[in-house]
Amino acid sequence: MTAPFKIFGLFAMGIFMLSANILPEKAPKTLLSEYGYFSGALQNLQPAEGVFLYEVNAPLFSDYAEKSRFIYLPSDARLQYRESGAFQFPEGATIIKNFYYPLEAAHPEKGRRIVETRLLLKEVKGWKALTYIWNNEQTDATLEVAGASFPVSWIDAGGKKINLEYVVPNVNQCKGCHSYDGQFTPIGVTQKQLDRTLAGNRNQLQIFQQQGQMEGLPASFDPEKAFHLADYRQREISLDASARAYLDANCAHCHNPHGPASTSGMFLNAEETDLEHLGVGKPPVAAGRGSGNRKYGIVPGKPSESILLYRMEHTDPGIRMPELGRQLVHEEGVALIREWIHGLRG
Amino acid sequence: MKPIFLLTVFLSLMQATVFAQSDVEKKIQTQLILAEDGETINLPAGTIEIGGTLSLDGKNNITLRGAGQDKTILTFKKQTQGAEGLKITNAQNIVLEQFTVEDSKGDLIKAQGVKGLEFRDITARWTGPPKASNGSYALYPVQCQTVRIERCTAIGASDAGIYVGQSDSVWVTACVAKNNVAGIEIENTTHAWVWKNQAFANTGGILVFDLPDLPKKQGGHVKVYDNLIGRNNFKNFAPKGNIVGKVPPGTGVMILATNDVEVYQNKIWENKTASTAIVSYFISENPIKDKQYNPYPSRVYIHDNIYSEGKRMPTWKSKLGFIFWWKFGKKVPHILYDGIENPDWKDAQGHIKPEYKICIGPNENGTFANIRADKLGLFKGKISKDKTPYDCAF
Repeated sequence: MTAPFKIFGLFAMGIFMLSANILPEKAPKTLLSEYGYFSGALQNLQPAEGVFLYEVNAPLFSDYAEKSRFIYLPSDARLQYRESGAFQFPEGATIIKNFYYPLEAAHPEKGRRIVETRLLLKEVKGWKALTYIWNNEQTDATLEVAGASFPVSWIDAGGKKINLEYVVPNVNQCKGCHSYDGQFTPIGVTQKQLDRTLAGNRNQLQIFQQQGQMEGLPASFDPEKAFHLADYRQREISLDASARAYLDANCAHCHNPHGPASTSGMFLNAEETDLEHLGVGKPPVAAGRGSGNRKYGIVPGKPSESILLYRMEHTDPGIRMPELGRQLVHEEGVALIREWIHGLRG
Repeated sequence: MKPIFLLTVFLSLMQATVFAQSDVEKKIQTQLILAEDGETINLPAGTIEIGGTLSLDGKNNITLRGAGQDKTILTFKKQTQGAEGLKITNAQNIVLEQFTVEDSKGDLIKAQGVKGLEFRDITARWTGPPKASNGSYALYPVQCQTVRIERCTAIGASDAGIYVGQSDSVWVTACVAKNNVAGIEIENTTHAWVWKNQAFANTGGILVFDLPDLPKKQGGHVKVYDNLIGRNNFKNFAPKGNIVGKVPPGTGVMILATNDVEVYQNKIWENKTASTAIVSYFISENPIKDKQYNPYPSRVYIHDNIYSEGKRMPTWKSKLGFIFWWKFGKKVPHILYDGIENPDWKDAQGHIKPEYKICIGPNENGTFANIRADKLGLFKGKISKDKTPYDCAF
């Protein structure tokens, strides 16, 4: 490179750095494709350079939508492992979550409809949430900040056609869940969710470390002993571990001592050991008609007297839990929690 | 180019056919999301149907202003998304004024984690006859700091009309609460002044509660004065399980397990069961598992209130009311104390130490009884009408 070009390059870089500092935040892109997270046809969701797939142990139920999750890291940047809480992300990193419905749940090969892609971008000032809605042609997705809803239908595993008015949250609603002491935070990128055995009997966190995507995982890390959630979809796991993992993934983003539902005094994170905080023998604080005329969050042995289950079984917005992101009853989740409460001894 | 401007451009690019939200709802929500420091957002006049929670998060110095309580009406009757009508979170210096919100599925206006919150000239109501399927709270600041609620009206809440929970530095004044289970409730909140309000035709007029198992453990330093608290005899329509479901119809003021509460110069009339009740949490008959929780009231001072003359027939529709009827007939005293005392607060002679006392000063028609309940919520039968042990002041 000749000297004038070098100077120009430095000059341009300076402008770039300057503008990056002056701008309060980067303007979001209108189309998902503009980020270049995926190579080839966008709908195939083939990760591009710097983008990699991750899996969670216990997924959040989102009206039977399936999800594929990716992390984008700028070159040479790494996740910083943490034993508890969300991993530390470098500036410029993105968490990418795609929501889709198989046209027929029993026949995934018949194709899928991707409805939404949510991005969490780590910026200088912290996290920013953006959501992109896919077009019917499945060629691209467009930014939406104020929320939206549109009809979606699919054939469920039992062969039944389900029609749903799918709801995309607005950016404030994103924070309704993604909040730790009022600060925006990722939820799923934690040891308890990612300490997971992948195909080939290899541990996901150790793979990330080996591949240079993450640093800080201690050499002494023991995937078996490290605190992690059970994959509640696997029924050979103990009932208690499954149920606690389910509650952690579906409730504890709000119901923890630092979350938006701390007001209730009901903490459903898997680390919680105080039965009262889990809801056992605990009267509601501000449940209103969400109590369903039941007296306590959990009545051991009596699922049909437990407010927790009542709220999972309902779809009325004034009763249902979680408040956001669920319009259908998660039958499998309800069955799991019912069985768990049934087996609890007071 | 400013990012805010870019966002606006992107919004205008959206395909209108995709969205089920009404244009007005979408416009308001977008304004709330894009609001800049110091901005006033004007809500248009008219009845506006809103299908989901409108939310404001992480903003400073924002005013949300309607064209008047009778002109700008946000109705959530057909709400399908979110429980609250309006939700304000993690913000500073937020003013809501001059509009009406009604018929949300859950709470009407919830504010959480807000420093500097003002509600002025807001009506928050459920229309139609009060019923258990109404939402819990009409105006609901929780975990807030410096809250002023002025000239607001709350109607039809199945829990509390104006409910301030786990907050600090609170003014509630010149408000009207009617046909709620609790008219005004101050819960686990410190430094609250409640004055010159009107609480009519609720199940309970004004409640000051401290409850267990909450992150903010202890309320207190609450003043309730110059209020009009009348005919709070409405049937209790709270869904069971909620603590206010235990408030007997005919309750004027109830102080539950709270310390440093002064109730004075109120006009309290024709509340048929308990014009003013001072009780411990044991009266709820709920088990207490929170070891840091203090279930006893202390430093409560009731003075210079005006109680109505004449007979009052307590409700039979609650255990407490029934017991009052059984013990007192139509001559139920105005000021009732459950008499459950903390053994750790007694001196060697078995008297409550001065710093933990309950004080009953002069009140017009201020008849008194210590009903001497026990921790199981049972009554030992030796009711005392002797006021002398409580003749003190703070």
